[in-house]
Amino acid sequence: MSTRLATGGRLIDRGVRKSFTFNGRRLIGHEGDTLASALLANDQMLVGRSFKYHRPRGIVAAGPEEPNALMNLGRDDRLEPNQRATTTELFDGLEAASQNHWPSLEFDVGVVNNALARFLPAGFYYKTFIHPRAFWKHVFEPIIRQSAGLGKAPKSRDADHYEQAYAFCDVLIIGGGVAGLQAALTAGEAGKSVILLEQNAHWGGRAPVDGDMLEGETAEEWIKSALDALATMKNVTLRNRCTGAGVYDHGYVLANERVADHTPGDGRPKQRLWRIRAGHIVTATGAIERPLSFAGNDIPGVMLAASLRDYVVNFGVSLGDRTVVVTNNDDAYLTAFALIEAGLSVPAILDARAQAGEAVLARAKAMGIRVEQGRAIAKVKGGKRVTGVQICLQAGEGAPIEEIACDAVAMSGGWSPVVHLWSHCGGKLNWSDHLSAFLPDLARPPLGQDGSAMVTPVGAALGVYLADDIIAATKAALSGQALVEDYAAKAPAIPPVWVMPQGAPIQLRSKMWLDYQNDVKVSDVQLAAREGFESVEHAKRYTTLGMATDQGKLSNINGLAVLSKALNADIPQVGTTTFRPPYTPVTIGALAGEARGEIFQPLRRTPMHGWHEANGAYMEPVGLWRRPYCFPRGSETHEEAVIREVNNTRENLGLLDASTLGKIIVKGPDAGRFLDMLYTNMMSNLPVGKCRYGLMCNEQGFLSDDGVVARIAEDTWLCHTTSGGADRIHGWMEDWLQCEWWDWKVYTANVTEQYAQVAVVGPKARKLLEKLGGMDVSAEALPFMQWADGVLAGFPVRVFRISFSGELSYEIAIPASHGAAFWEMLHREGAEFGAMPYGTEGLHVMRAEKGFIMIGDETDGTVIPQDLGLSWAISKKKADFLGKRGQERKHLADPDRWQLVGLETLDGSVIPDGSYAVADGTNENGQKNTEGRVTSTYYSPTLKRGIAMGLIKHGPARMGQTVAFNKVDGSTVQAKIVDAVFYDKEGAKQNV
Amino acid sequence: MLTLECPYCGVMADETELAPGYEAHLKRFGAGSSDADFESYMFARKNPKGVHFERWRHAYGCGKWFLAARCTATLEVFGTYPAQSAEPPAELQAKIKAKRPGWEGYK
Repeated sequence: MSTRLATGGRLIDRGVRKSFTFNGRRLIGHEGDTLASALLANDQMLVGRSFKYHRPRGIVAAGPEEPNALMNLGRDDRLEPNQRATTTELFDGLEAASQNHWPSLEFDVGVVNNALARFLPAGFYYKTFIHPRAFWKHVFEPIIRQSAGLGKAPKSRDADHYEQAYAFCDVLIIGGGVAGLQAALTAGEAGKSVILLEQNAHWGGRAPVDGDMLEGETAEEWIKSALDALATMKNVTLRNRCTGAGVYDHGYVLANERVADHTPGDGRPKQRLWRIRAGHIVTATGAIERPLSFAGNDIPGVMLAASLRDYVVNFGVSLGDRTVVVTNNDDAYLTAFALIEAGLSVPAILDARAQAGEAVLARAKAMGIRVEQGRAIAKVKGGKRVTGVQICLQAGEGAPIEEIACDAVAMSGGWSPVVHLWSHCGGKLNWSDHLSAFLPDLARPPLGQDGSAMVTPVGAALGVYLADDIIAATKAALSGQALVEDYAAKAPAIPPVWVMPQGAPIQLRSKMWLDYQNDVKVSDVQLAAREGFESVEHAKRYTTLGMATDQGKLSNINGLAVLSKALNADIPQVGTTTFRPPYTPVTIGALAGEARGEIFQPLRRTPMHGWHEANGAYMEPVGLWRRPYCFPRGSETHEEAVIREVNNTRENLGLLDASTLGKIIVKGPDAGRFLDMLYTNMMSNLPVGKCRYGLMCNEQGFLSDDGVVARIAEDTWLCHTTSGGADRIHGWMEDWLQCEWWDWKVYTANVTEQYAQVAVVGPKARKLLEKLGGMDVSAEALPFMQWADGVLAGFPVRVFRISFSGELSYEIAIPASHGAAFWEMLHREGAEFGAMPYGTEGLHVMRAEKGFIMIGDETDGTVIPQDLGLSWAISKKKADFLGKRGQERKHLADPDRWQLVGLETLDGSVIPDGSYAVADGTNENGQKNTEGRVTSTYYSPTLKRGIAMGLIKHGPARMGQTVAFNKVDGSTVQAKIVDAVFYDKEGAKQNV
Repeated sequence: MLTLECPYCGVMADETELAPGYEAHLKRFGAGSSDADFESYMFARKNPKGVHFERWRHAYGCGKWFLAARCTATLEVFGTYPAQSAEPPAELQAKIKAKRPGWEGYK
C-alpha cells in the first residue's frame, strides 16, 4: 500500500495539515503536497479508469505527462474537468472526483469492455460502426456519444476571472531547473533583460531529487545561491507556476501563469496568460521519462522510476513497501538507492541490459541490492494493485524464471528530451542512437525575423544529462559559443528496449500499454502497421496513440519505435508526429481573458445611444454598433411596434437615428477622377449642392457598397456608405490611392463618428423643420436630391433631401457633440406632429416597400448591379471603373442570371426568409431544381400583406407569372412576380 | 505572429497591428483587357514556398500600406519598403539574392 513515510519530504511542511475530499471521502495532506502525493499518502492508488476498456488506473508520473490521474476539481461554478492531480497543488477544501466510471470508481460497469478487449482492437469503431448505414444515427452514435469523453463539462458560468498581460525581453528562458537558472545567470550578468519561467511552484527541477553535486555544492545549495544572485539582478524577472505553452513566429511566446489555482476565491485572477515577445528564446524544458512496454505495465502500482523517487524525496510518500525496479539505464538505480535510504525494500533491480554501468552496479552491491542483468518483466501480477512480477530473460519470449512478490514496480525506459517548444515553430530533430531519443538539430533551428536562430535549447532538453555538463554547456550556449563537446554522446548510453521481453508473444503484447489513457497497446500499433498505416500521423489517428490529454508526452516515442519496427524501418525514417502548441492544456478562460460579457468586443455608440436605452429601444448589433430595432411601447410585441412605427412615419412623422451611416470626405484636385474610378456611375460631373446615388463594385464586378454622394465644393465630395461598410470602404479608397494611383492628389477622411445624423421622415417633416426655423427648407429652396448648410433651432446643420423610405425626408447631419440635444429637441418640438422614433426594422420594411436594395440582403458577393435592375447607375461613357472589366466576363453577361423582381404571395402570407423558388425536375444529387431565391421578405403594414424581393431566372420578363417558394414545413407558397416597387411607383411622395 | 517594420513610421509592428493585402507588384488590367491579362491580374498568384513579396497595411498604426519581402517557409523577413514602389529596391533584391542564391527574382 502507498503511505506517508515517517520522515523525509523536502517540499512538504508536516506542521501544516490540509483537508480535502476525494470522491466525497475526507482526507488529509500537508502544505506543499500535490493532489497526487496527498492521494498516495492516503493509500488512494486507484485514481481513475481508462477511456476504452475502463481498466483501473493509478498514478504513473509526477509531472504534466501524467495520463491517468485526471480529476474533476471543484464544483458548480468552479468545476474543472481533466485536471492533473500531479500538477495540482493541494489546498484546504479541495474537492476532487475521479472520472470515466459508472456507478463508482471501485465498481465500474464499463469494465466489461476490458473482457471484450480482444474484440475491440485498433480501428474497431471504424470497422464496426459502418454497417448497416442506418444504424449509425439511431443506434451507434447515441451509444458512442454516451460513453465518450472523460470529465464532465461544467454547466455554470465560470465564477473566476482571468487576465492577460504583455511582456518583452531580450531573453526568455522556459524552465527553471539547473539549466534554466544557469541560463538566467549568464544572460543576466551580460546585462540582458531576462524573463525566466518555471511551471512548478519550486525552482531547481529534478537536481535535488537526484542528489546532484553542482560546482562543488549540493543541488539545494547551488539553487539557493543561484536564486539569491538572480534576486539582485534588476534586469531578471522570475515567474514560477508559469508554463511556456507555445512558441510562435518571430519570438512570440504564450505562457500560462496559474496565479490562484491553489488559492481559489481569494480575489486574484485564477490564471494569467502572458503574451511575450522575446528577442531570443531558451528552452530549458528538461526531459520526460518513458515507460517500458511489458505486460501489465498499466496496473496501479507501476510507476515511472524517477517519479516514484520524486514522491519519496519531495513528499515523503512511498508507493509500496517492496518495489521492483526495471530499467534499461543507470538512472533508475537512483530510485532503488533512494528507497533503501528511506528504509524501504527493493527485492530486485531488473536491468534489461547485459551490462549495467559500473558505478551504479558497485553502489547497488554495496547497499546489498540484488541486480539481475539481461532480465525483464514477463508479466505484472495483480488487478487493481500490483501483487508481484514474473521475471524472464529480456532476450527470450517471456517464459517465467521466477516470481517476486512486490507492491510496486519502478520502470524506466530512458528519457525523451522535451523538444516541443523547439519544434513548435519549425525546429528540426535528429535521432540519437546513443540516447535512443530525438534531439534538437542545432543546424536546423526555428528562425526569427532576421533569419537567425530564435530558440536555443539547453540542458536535458538538448540531451545534456550530466550535471556538470549542463552548467558548462549552458554557459557556453548563452555566451554565444559553439558547444565544444558532444555532451549528449558523453552521457551514459541508453540502449533501445521497446518491447519487454523482446520476443514477447501476442498474449503479452496485447497487455503492454503504450497510451494509458486511450488504451493503445503494442499489439494495436502492430495491427495498424499490418493494415497499411505506414505514416506515423495516420497510425496515430487510427490507433489514437498520443491523442489523449497528455498528447503523447509519455509514450509517443515508444509507440513510433514499435511502429517503425513493425514497418521494418528506422525510427528517423518513420519520424515523429507534429508537435503543436500548447505544451500543456490552456483553459479557454485564460485565452478569452477579460474579453467576456460586456467587454467581449468594443461597442460603438451613437450620440443618441443613451436616449435609445432610456426609451426602451430593443437594440440589435450592426457591426460593432448597436442600433434600435424598434421602440416597443407598453405591452407591444416587436412586430406590433414595427407596424406602428411604419404607419406613423407614412402618415405623420418618423425620426431615425442614422448616425451610423458611413461618411467619408474625398478631397483634392483629382478627387472627381478618383470617384469616377470607384463608383460605377459618374461623380465628377455632379454639381456642387447636389446629391447622387452611387454603386461601388469590387474588381470582379460584384456589388460591394452603395450610398448617396454629395458634392460639397469644387474639390470636395462627401461619400455616404452603408453602416457596416464605412471602415472597409475607407480602407478600400486608401488602398487604391496608396498602392495604385499614388500620383493622384486626393485626400480621404473617415468622418463617420464626427457627425450625428437624423432622418426626419414623413408628410409632416417639413412642418417640423419650418417650426424650428433658421433656414429655408421649402421644395423650391431645397429640392429633392440637394443639400444645404444652415441652422435649425440654433443648431448648425447640413440638411440632405434624400429618402430611403419613399416619404418626404430630410437627413440632417450635425456635429456629434450636438447629436443628443438635437435629437431630444426634435422629439419635443415634433410631438405636436405625432413624431415617433423608428428603428432599423421599420427602415428595412419601408425601403422594401419602395424596392430599394440593401447591401447584404439583395447582395451577397455574387450579385452584379445588372442583376438588380441597376444598369441605369452604370456609366456607359466611362473608359474604366473598378469592376468594369470583371462585368465584361461572359458569365456575368449571361441572360440566364437570376434577376431582381418583386414578389406577392397569392394568399398574402410572408415568404420565409431564405426560401428558394422551386423549379421542375431534380438535379444530379436528386435535389429539386431551383429558379430563384428570396432576398428580402417582410409583412408590409402599408399594403397589409406579405411582400418580398427576390432574384428569379428571367424574372423581369415573367411579370404576372407565379412561382413556388419552399417553406420550412416542406410545403410551398405561390407568389406572383411583380414590379419591385410596391409603394408610390411614381415617387410623388418623396419629391414634394 | 509576425513582426514587420513599417517603413513609414519606423515602428516594429506586431501582426495584430497590420492588415494583410496579399501579393505585391501585381499589374492592374482594367476595362478592355484580354482574358489572359485579366486572369493574371485577378486570379493567378505565385504562392511560392520561399521568397514572397506581399502587401501589408499598418492599419492600427499610421494607416499606410507598405510592401514586405518574406520567406513563406522560414518566415525570415528580408525587408519592407513603401507601397509607392514599382519594383523592390535594388539593395533589397541584392540582399535576397545573397541569402537565397537560387531565387529567380520578384517577377
